[in-house]
Amino acid sequence: MGNDDGAPAPEHDPRLARFDALIDADERIEPTDWMPDRYRDTLVRQIAQHAHSEIIGMQPEGNWLTRAPSLRRKAILTAKVQDEAGHGLYLYGAAETLGTPRDELLDRLHTGRQKYSSIFNYATLTWADVGAIGWLVDGAAIMNQVPLCRCSYGPYARAMVRVCKEESFHQRQGFQIMLELSTGTDGQRAMAQDALDRWWWPSIMMFGPPDAESVHGDQNMRWGIKRFGNDELRQKFIDATVPQADLLGLTIPDPDLRFDEETGHYVHGPIDWDHFWDVIKGNGPASRERISTRVAAHVEGAWVREAATAYAAKQTARVGTEHGGAAA
Amino acid sequence: MTGSTADWPLWEVFVRSRRGVSHVHAGTVHAPDAELALQNARDLFTRRSEGISIWVVRSSDVTASDPDDREAFFDPAADKTFRHPTDFELPDDVANM
Repeated sequence: MGNDDGAPAPEHDPRLARFDALIDADERIEPTDWMPDRYRDTLVRQIAQHAHSEIIGMQPEGNWLTRAPSLRRKAILTAKVQDEAGHGLYLYGAAETLGTPRDELLDRLHTGRQKYSSIFNYATLTWADVGAIGWLVDGAAIMNQVPLCRCSYGPYARAMVRVCKEESFHQRQGFQIMLELSTGTDGQRAMAQDALDRWWWPSIMMFGPPDAESVHGDQNMRWGIKRFGNDELRQKFIDATVPQADLLGLTIPDPDLRFDEETGHYVHGPIDWDHFWDVIKGNGPASRERISTRVAAHVEGAWVREAATAYAAKQTARVGTEHGGAAA
Repeated sequence: MTGSTADWPLWEVFVRSRRGVSHVHAGTVHAPDAELALQNARDLFTRRSEGISIWVVRSSDVTASDPDDREAFFDPAADKTFRHPTDFELPDDVANM
């Protein structure tokens, strides 16, 4: 892996020229192609972080599986949480094509060496939070993920096509929960507003820091890993979501929010980025709990993996014996 | 960590979406044996009736052409344009051939 095999100086490397030509032609890079180490490292980090977010994202909603208000809602939420596990697996599969084994990726998550989306460090306090997550968090995720279907790295792009296909049910079921609550009793309406109040800003922050402060932005654009800037996607999300909140009769918790007739876009108030960085550093309301729950699930599931391994070994041994018998 | 899956082989998964079409590569799963690979693939790739048949093949059993040899390897096809119908010009009067 990598170009440490006594290759010529990077700028004269014909392999780099070929890689750049593929990127310039908007072709996809496939696992067996040569690629710069930094391209590989960036992708492993981003895809793994994305995979970790999917499986950690099972927790806030998983907390409501037993408390969902109807059998139908339980079944829907179970299917959604199962999808998140599936999305994690598609993404771990894509990351592995870059040469980092899955065990290693999970270990990096469990030991805090790799991050996941800061949005999952908030707790789900009421049933309305499940609605708000589907509507806002999955809505923001879709905005972020649709452009990734055209990412320059083939396996990542293909995984994202599957993810995006499944994600739209997630957003709709969440919006429908919000719709039911906002057209329900005063108490239900207040619950929906409270969830929007708590989830709005964290959802807006999901698009990442302003482009001016984004560390890897330019290079990732050049490489076709990223297709749009953080601010552009954030704006798109706000423009799409504000009318939906109006339809629900709920108020977005941003006193400065206004529609600019001239640009045709909503203008939002200042974002508390200090809070964002604090959550990234592991000081979110549920940060520690998320990792300890994840590690506990991994440890408690060890016997299942051991049993499967033992069963496979036994079957192999048995087939071996039978074959031996037939030959004798 | 205990219960390591590090020695579980990787399996390539191919799914036939309906009768009349080929199995198409869908992705990969880890599993200790073929039986569990099939079940994992079922759970992972056909949660919405995307398939009626699944193949799993150990990734290590796939022999692939070398991308670095691509030009030489596929070169024999390049200069035989007569294999394509567009290589043959026909008079305008000949319709539908």
